[in-house]
Amino acid sequence: MTATTRNLNEMRAGVTRIEDARGDFPALSQEINGQPLAWLDSAASSQQPASVIDKVAEYQRHDHANVHRGVHTLSHRATEAYEGARDSVRKFINANSRSEIVFTSGTTAAINLVAQSFCRPRLTQGDKILLTHLEHHSNIVPWQLVCEQTGAELVVAPIDLNGELPLDAMLELMDSRVSIVAAAHVSNALGTILPLAKIIAEAHRRGIPVLVDGAQAVPHMLVDVQQLGCDFYAFSGHKMFGPTGIGVLYGKETLLDAMPPWQGGGDMILEVRFEGTTYNELPYKFEAGTPNISGAVGLGAAADYLQALGMDRISHHEFELLEYLVSKLSRLDGIRLIGTARNKASVQSFLLDDIHPHDLGTILDHQGVAVRTGHHCAMPVMEFFGVPGTARASLALYNNRQDIDRLADALLKAKEVFA
Amino acid sequence: MSTAALDTDELRDLYRELILDHARKPRHFGKLDDATHAAEGINPLCGDKLKIYFAIDADNRIRDARFEGSGCAISVASASLLTDTVIGLETDRALQFFAAMVGRLAGRTDDRKNQADAIDDIDLGKLRALEGVREFPSRVKCATLAWHALNSALHRTAKPVSTE
Repeated sequence: MTATTRNLNEMRAGVTRIEDARGDFPALSQEINGQPLAWLDSAASSQQPASVIDKVAEYQRHDHANVHRGVHTLSHRATEAYEGARDSVRKFINANSRSEIVFTSGTTAAINLVAQSFCRPRLTQGDKILLTHLEHHSNIVPWQLVCEQTGAELVVAPIDLNGELPLDAMLELMDSRVSIVAAAHVSNALGTILPLAKIIAEAHRRGIPVLVDGAQAVPHMLVDVQQLGCDFYAFSGHKMFGPTGIGVLYGKETLLDAMPPWQGGGDMILEVRFEGTTYNELPYKFEAGTPNISGAVGLGAAADYLQALGMDRISHHEFELLEYLVSKLSRLDGIRLIGTARNKASVQSFLLDDIHPHDLGTILDHQGVAVRTGHHCAMPVMEFFGVPGTARASLALYNNRQDIDRLADALLKAKEVFA
Repeated sequence: MSTAALDTDELRDLYRELILDHARKPRHFGKLDDATHAAEGINPLCGDKLKIYFAIDADNRIRDARFEGSGCAISVASASLLTDTVIGLETDRALQFFAAMVGRLAGRTDDRKNQADAIDDIDLGKLRALEGVREFPSRVKCATLAWHALNSALHRTAKPVSTE
């Protein structure tokens, strides 16, 4: 039995405490600038557990071939690994069917797919796409593109100074010309958890479909797409402890079925003639070309890892850590917390005195503390708060109080340098 | 020497008093109404955005220079030191400073060989305070941003320069 399998089995038996999960992540045991690494940048990209790294390596070493093609053994193994990953992901978000799990290169591609395949054919001049002010650029720009192509317009639901989304204001914008609502599950810059249940219920009452950008939610909380009731849900592997270059579009089968392919190529066809092509069934219709097989294998392993650990336990652990982070930061003179919604997950943006976030980032890195600095690909959010950027500490299942203490100490040192 | 002390020394070398002074009280800050040349510098990584203005006389001498915008301590101090340095210089000389600074900070003069040959006699003087960035590869672009904008302005490039 390998160490990884033993780990998973122990977790399944409930032996491993979440506090011990940190040991599953090899990258976290290194030193940076002579100090142990405090990785507080998981919202940008998370580290991978050994089980994911090993699963991908094992696939590369023994099982690699193209999928859905050969009759030989390796092609069969590769297909099993790839489709097995799809099953893991289906289970992870509790989709009704594996046909509803489309592998993409990430959240961005998933949203572009919906914008181009679902929305573009049905949009006409004067139609509206309703977003929120706290979206990541990946849930803004694909819609701007389709607006340019169709004459539709973007409508943006406002946020308040806490970074919350007042529901009334959003509902006022949900008129009969709104063709789709696209909203984050969790804001990457502010940490706000959006009131999706209400948004989706109200949108559906008006016959409007809803896409959820779940990139910042899946690593932190239990996501059940059937319970949520959303029409589309997009997320990325590398923010949930899997590899980069792989992500998922979940879509309700009836909707995906009615949508035309987005990209054409191999694997998405049943029969190709120059007179016309018959498209493959779901989800392959949307997976043109040789897919990122090893990426999918890694994502599947990450989904298994999270499920074994238990999303509820992870949420609970992170909730306590976030409270500790906020209380620790609040005690610093000259701190300005940005994003103070009541319902938040795993992220705290901040500014310290008049120190530019980029300078903070360098000083923290020098003490082994990694935070994201800048606009977090959410420039409209930065503009709203009147700042060019922020420093952002983001938490994941493997963080502990010591990481946060290290951050607080490093911030004191930053004050010293800039005193 | 403990690691922590060494770290602080490296940080001190980056954030020298002169840098912090120019970052807090940037010289020649603001818009230049009679500018003959201007360019914008953008560092999309950290959101630094500077606009730099020059008033250049008929004899190619930089009569005045100003800058505005927002950025980190390094990029603001660099722009401030730049304006301090180039006022009164001929544009060719200012471009030699550009080549010298980019060469010194980024450690490359590959695409500017001709200018690089001519920079041996440049005394960077207080600009050397920016040399601390050499230990911080991710910050080199902050220090060179204003200089790229200068190069762009003096060549009358209309497009904003980006460090990416």
